[in-house]
Amino acid sequence: MSVFGPVVKIHPVVLASISDSYERRNEGASRVIGTLLGTIDKHSIEVTNCFSVPHNESEDEVAVDMEFAKNMYELHKRVSPTEVIIGWYATGFDITEHSVLIHEYYSREATNPIHLTVDTALQSGKMNIRAYVSAQMGVPGKTVGVMFTPLTVKYIHYDTERIGMDLLQRTRLATTRTKGLTSDLSQVGGAAARIQDMLTTVLAYIEDVLSGKVTADNSVGRFLMDLVNKVPTISAEDFENMLNSNINDLLMVTYLSNLTQAQIALNEKLVLL
Amino acid sequence: MKGDAPKAEKCITKFFPPFSGVDQHRLMSSRKESTSTSVAAMASTSGTLDSPVKQIQIEGLVVLKIIKHYQEEGQGSEVVQGVLLGLVVDDRLEITNCFPFPQHTEDDADFDEVQYQMEMMRSLRHVNIDHLHVGWYQSTYYGSFVSRALLDSQFSYQHAIEESVVLIYDPIKTAQGSLSLKAYRLTPKLMEICKEKDFTPEGLKKASIGFENMFEEVPIVIKNSHLISVLMWELEDKSTAADKHELLNLSSSNHLEKSLQLLMDRVDDLNQEIVKYNTYSRNLSKQQQQKHQYIQRRQQENAQRQSRGEPPLPEEDITKLFKPPQAPPRMDTLLIAGQINNYCQNVKEFTSQNLGKLFMAEALQGHN
Repeated sequence: MSVFGPVVKIHPVVLASISDSYERRNEGASRVIGTLLGTIDKHSIEVTNCFSVPHNESEDEVAVDMEFAKNMYELHKRVSPTEVIIGWYATGFDITEHSVLIHEYYSREATNPIHLTVDTALQSGKMNIRAYVSAQMGVPGKTVGVMFTPLTVKYIHYDTERIGMDLLQRTRLATTRTKGLTSDLSQVGGAAARIQDMLTTVLAYIEDVLSGKVTADNSVGRFLMDLVNKVPTISAEDFENMLNSNINDLLMVTYLSNLTQAQIALNEKLVLL
Repeated sequence: MKGDAPKAEKCITKFFPPFSGVDQHRLMSSRKESTSTSVAAMASTSGTLDSPVKQIQIEGLVVLKIIKHYQEEGQGSEVVQGVLLGLVVDDRLEITNCFPFPQHTEDDADFDEVQYQMEMMRSLRHVNIDHLHVGWYQSTYYGSFVSRALLDSQFSYQHAIEESVVLIYDPIKTAQGSLSLKAYRLTPKLMEICKEKDFTPEGLKKASIGFENMFEEVPIVIKNSHLISVLMWELEDKSTAADKHELLNLSSSNHLEKSLQLLMDRVDDLNQEIVKYNTYSRNLSKQQQQKHQYIQRRQQENAQRQSRGEPPLPEEDITKLFKPPQAPPRMDTLLIAGQINNYCQNVKEFTSQNLGKLFMAEALQGHN
């Protein structure tokens, strides 16, 4: 299925924001809408921020507070001047007629805005996240309509975002959905445990291949070779030396910082005498 | 290279209190229960805090926003700052949203911070986001955030809102593999001193404040609502990036070097302050001696004169003759000591992590 139009890249911040504003919606509102901010590239649109806009929707009319939207955009622009309005989002599964109207509002703000739907009510059992661009259709001159064509959606994040996301991912496993921030050595332990898990999975696969249960895949075999060869072959003596010098450095630094701390503590006590 | 005091580090000094006390209560009662409250059995980890806030609960959204803000706007060594919004439940401070503060630029002299804040909070109120100020956040460069500006800001915040905290986000440490987010408050003792503005040695001695009880750290818990958990599951499925384990990276001596350099700078500063203090106390004692001598000479003269039958010399005002030297303010010393302490802590954490990693590498090599 080939898709026209730019690829939409979304940051997790945006989705979390949308979910949060859905949870805080007014009584009686079935969905929330808001503006999407981001940057436009030649082939992709990167959505990096968003804010919700109050709106009223009833059977036959819809009212969006555009003043509010403009104000918020100005405020956001002060912080990050590179972000522009690139479209709008709505929670909910379908695209309604009201969406067309709202899309028209936004066409005045941005050229060719994209429309993002996030299914927060989980109507189909999953949270569908889709993006659309509008296209004219119909017979020119007579009945002209608007069609929303879907776009590919990708999720991207900065490195630090990914680390934050890792931590957040772990909260979903706890029963109270909470997680404290762990401290130094236990983090290394955690990372080591994760690698160990991955290694056991790989080992299980290898066992299967060896015992003939699964046919060997050459590309996987090549990756395994890479993996094993990544551990550099250094003579044991050289490695001992390197390891020891590193350990010595670290121990010395620890000793010095402890000394400094003791020193300033002493200083305090003396001053307060 | 002094990386810890960037020249444009402005703090949020123009802070104004939330809309009204009435509003706060109304909002607390009408808060939607969909972002559920956690079980009350979540005991705080450090039970010795006697401040009104024993634990901080942050929503995932806030974490992501702070990370994003630094990533996009803070690529220099400038600190990025922003405001935290949320509310207080029992002895927990829940932070539910935040918004960033624009950077100060020299050509934007008429930019009104207060107005920006007011506008933001008013707008957020329209979409039912908690608009109560509960603190602020700041990014830091290698852990160097204990400064006068931070103290002043936090003091004014804590003075107006008792439960406010400052969240320090360390992006460099985070990029090394683990989210580094810490929450600090000023101890009540320090609040007292700041109120009096009495930074002389005697004042600090009275309050018996050391650098250890300047800031207290509040434990942080991250909490997500159900919907966000669903989102997490979705993203986990869809994200294709392989796990990069920066945490297990061995080549981090650069970081260590920088930290040590900053530490050495601070120690030099502390040294200077100490020298200042020493000269002051030496001057003081010299002056005391001179005073004694003067008084003694006077008395001798008076005795002689009396023996000769002449009227004694008038008692002159001693304090006018010997003006006591200015006592140097000790606050900076305290701050520097606190900063050094912080650096040392960071360095120790870092080295312990590295030691673990090195031993792992050894085990791996041993099998070869």
